[in-house]
Amino acid sequence: MRGFIDQIFVNAKQQILSLVAGAPDWLGQIVSSLLNITALLVVFLTLFALASVWERKILARIQNRLGPNRVGPFGLLQPAADGIKMLIKEDIVPARADKVVHFLAPILIAATAVLALGVIPYGRNMTPFAIDGGILFFFAVGSTTEVSVFMAGWGSNNKFSMLGAMRAIAQMVSYELPLIITVLPVVMVVGSLTPDAIVAAQGGYSFGVLPHWFVFTPWGAVAFILFFVSGLVESNRTPFDVPEGESEIVAGHMTEYSGFKYATFFLAEYFGMFAVSGMAITLFLGGWHAPLPFLEFVPSYAWFFAKLGVLIFVFIWIRGTLPRIRVDQVMNFAWKFMLPMAFACVIAAALWHYQGRRWAGALWSLGWLVLVYMALTRFLDAGRKFAPRTYRYAE
Amino acid sequence: MSSVAFIVIAILTLAAALAAATLPKLIHAALCFALSFVGVAAFYFLLGAEFVGLVQIFVYVGAVAVLIVFTILLTRHDVEKDHGFNWSGVAVTLAVFAGLIWAVLKSGNLAPTAAPVAPLTVKQIGELLMTDYVWPLQCVGVLLTAALIGALVLVLEEKR
Amino acid sequence: MTPTLQFFLIVSAALFCIGLLAALSRRHAIFILIGIEMMLAAAGLNFIAFWRFGPRPAPPTGVMVTIFAIAIAAAEAAVGLALVIAVYRHYRTTNVDQLDHLKG
Repeated sequence: MRGFIDQIFVNAKQQILSLVAGAPDWLGQIVSSLLNITALLVVFLTLFALASVWERKILARIQNRLGPNRVGPFGLLQPAADGIKMLIKEDIVPARADKVVHFLAPILIAATAVLALGVIPYGRNMTPFAIDGGILFFFAVGSTTEVSVFMAGWGSNNKFSMLGAMRAIAQMVSYELPLIITVLPVVMVVGSLTPDAIVAAQGGYSFGVLPHWFVFTPWGAVAFILFFVSGLVESNRTPFDVPEGESEIVAGHMTEYSGFKYATFFLAEYFGMFAVSGMAITLFLGGWHAPLPFLEFVPSYAWFFAKLGVLIFVFIWIRGTLPRIRVDQVMNFAWKFMLPMAFACVIAAALWHYQGRRWAGALWSLGWLVLVYMALTRFLDAGRKFAPRTYRYAE
Repeated sequence: MSSVAFIVIAILTLAAALAAATLPKLIHAALCFALSFVGVAAFYFLLGAEFVGLVQIFVYVGAVAVLIVFTILLTRHDVEKDHGFNWSGVAVTLAVFAGLIWAVLKSGNLAPTAAPVAPLTVKQIGELLMTDYVWPLQCVGVLLTAALIGALVLVLEEKR
Repeated sequence: MTPTLQFFLIVSAALFCIGLLAALSRRHAIFILIGIEMMLAAAGLNFIAFWRFGPRPAPPTGVMVTIFAIAIAAAEAAVGLALVIAVYRHYRTTNVDQLDHLKG
C-alpha cells in the first residue's frame, strides 16, 4: 500500500505508455518525454501560482498587514485575477527597440528556467530526465540565463535597462563560482554527477534517528548556506535585487516589458527559485528521503515538496526582512568571502572523508572551517575606517 | 530518424555561424554565434561525448558569449555602423573550403560505420585527468591563472 | 543510423571556413575574435568525430584534447577581449584598419 501511493505517478505513466506499446521505439520515447514535460509544467505552474499569492501574504504579515484576501477564500484565487490582468494588458514595444531581441528575451529566460527543472529527482524513480551529468547540465543551463538577461536589457534601447542588465550579469557571473564550487564537496563525497546517485547516497539513518543528509555534516551545513545564498543571488531576489531595484532603476532590464512578457519574467524568476531550491534539496537535504525512519510511509514526492515549501518560505522571509545590498558590496562579498569559504568547504569535505566520516571527521572539518572563517573575518578589511562616533543630543 | 536530427542540427549550426559572420549589427552576430555553439554542443551530445557537450555550453555560451557581449557594450562608440566587408576574404575562404572538401572526399573509405558507442563517463574522464593527463591539467591551470591576471592587468586603468 | 565520418568532417570544415570568413573579411576586432572562436570549435568537432569513429576500445584522446581546447579557447578569448578594450580606450576605435601607427 505504501509503495503503491509512492509510485502512483510512475505506474500511471507506465499504463499510458502501454497504450502505445505497438508503435516504433522513437514514438514511445517521444510520448514518454511529452508526458514527463506535461507533468512538470502542470505541477510547477500551479506551484508558481500558489507561490505568488503565498509570497504576498507572508510579506504582508511580516509588514503587519493582511495580504490579498478578496479574491477567493484567503485570497487563493488571486493568481487567476493576476493572470487575466496580465493577459489583457496592451503589449507595448518601444519604437526604436530591437524587435527580434526584445521579443526573444523573455522566452529564452523562461525556457532556460524550465530546462533546469528537468533533472531534479522529485521522488523515488521520478526524475523527468535522468542525464548522467545532471548536475553539470543544471549549471550549464543556468549560465545561459545571463545571455537572455543581456538580451532583455539590450533589446529595450533604454539606459536603465542597459544598466540593470549589466549589473545583473556582473552579479550572476560572480556568484556562479561559489554556486558551483559549493557543489564540489558533495560530488567528491558521492563520486557521481547524477542527482539520483546523490540522493541515494543520503539514505539511511545513524543511531536510528539521524539521517545521513549532507546538511548534518559540518562542511555540508556551510556548503548549504553558501549554496543557498548564491541561489538567492542567481535568482535576483532581495537582498540582492540590485538588477531590478525598484527605487533606483525602475525595473532594470524588465522596464520596457508590459503585460504578458512581464509575467513571463516573473515566472522565470520563480522557476529559478524553484530550481535552485530543488537542487539544494537534492544535494544537501536528502532529496525525497524522510527525516526519520518511522515517517517513511509518507510518499517520497510529498517529502520533496514539503522541503521545497520550507525553502521557498525562507526565500520569502529573507525578502521581507533584509534591505538591499549595494552592488559593490555584493561583489566584495562574492569574491572575498564566499569564494574562499567555498574552497575551504572542499578541503573540509576531504578532511571529513579521510578521517573516517564519523566523529573524528566531523571535528576535523568543523575545526578547519571555523579556522578559515575566523581568518577571513579578521583579516578582510572590507570597509573604510570610520571616524569615531560623536553623539549630539538635543538640549 | 536520428540522421534527420543530424542534418537539421548541421543546417542550424552552419546557418547560425554564417549569420554570425555576415550580419552587419554586432549584437545580432554575437547572439547567432552563441546559437551556433549550442548547435555544436548538440553534435557532441549526439556523438556520445556528453561531458564535452555540457562543458561546451557552460564555457562558450555561458562565459565566452557573455564576455563578447560585455565587450561590445564597453566599446560602443561606433557599434551601429558596419565597417565594411572585405570581399577578398570570401575568395580565400572558398579556396580553403574546396581544398578541405577535396581532401575529405578523396581519402578512401574512412570507417564507414561507427562501432556501438559506450559513452565516456564523467568518472572515467576524472580518473584520466588525474592519472594520464595530470600534467596537461596543471599546465591548463597555470595558463588560466596567467590569462586571468593578464586580462586584469590589461584593463586596469593606468595611474596618471 | 548515424551519418558517416565524412559528414562530420564536411560540417566541421564548413564551420572552420565560416570562421575563417569572419576572421578575414570583417573589420571590427570583436568579429575577428568571433571567427577565431568558431575555428577552434570546428577543430574540437573534428577531434570528437574522429574519436567516435575510431577503433574500439577507443583511446580517450579525442575527448581529452577537446576539453583542454575548450579551456584554452576561453582563456584566449578573455585575453583577446581585454586587448580589444585596452586598444579601444587608447585609440577610441575598434576598426583594425585604423590601427596602423607602426606602419611604414
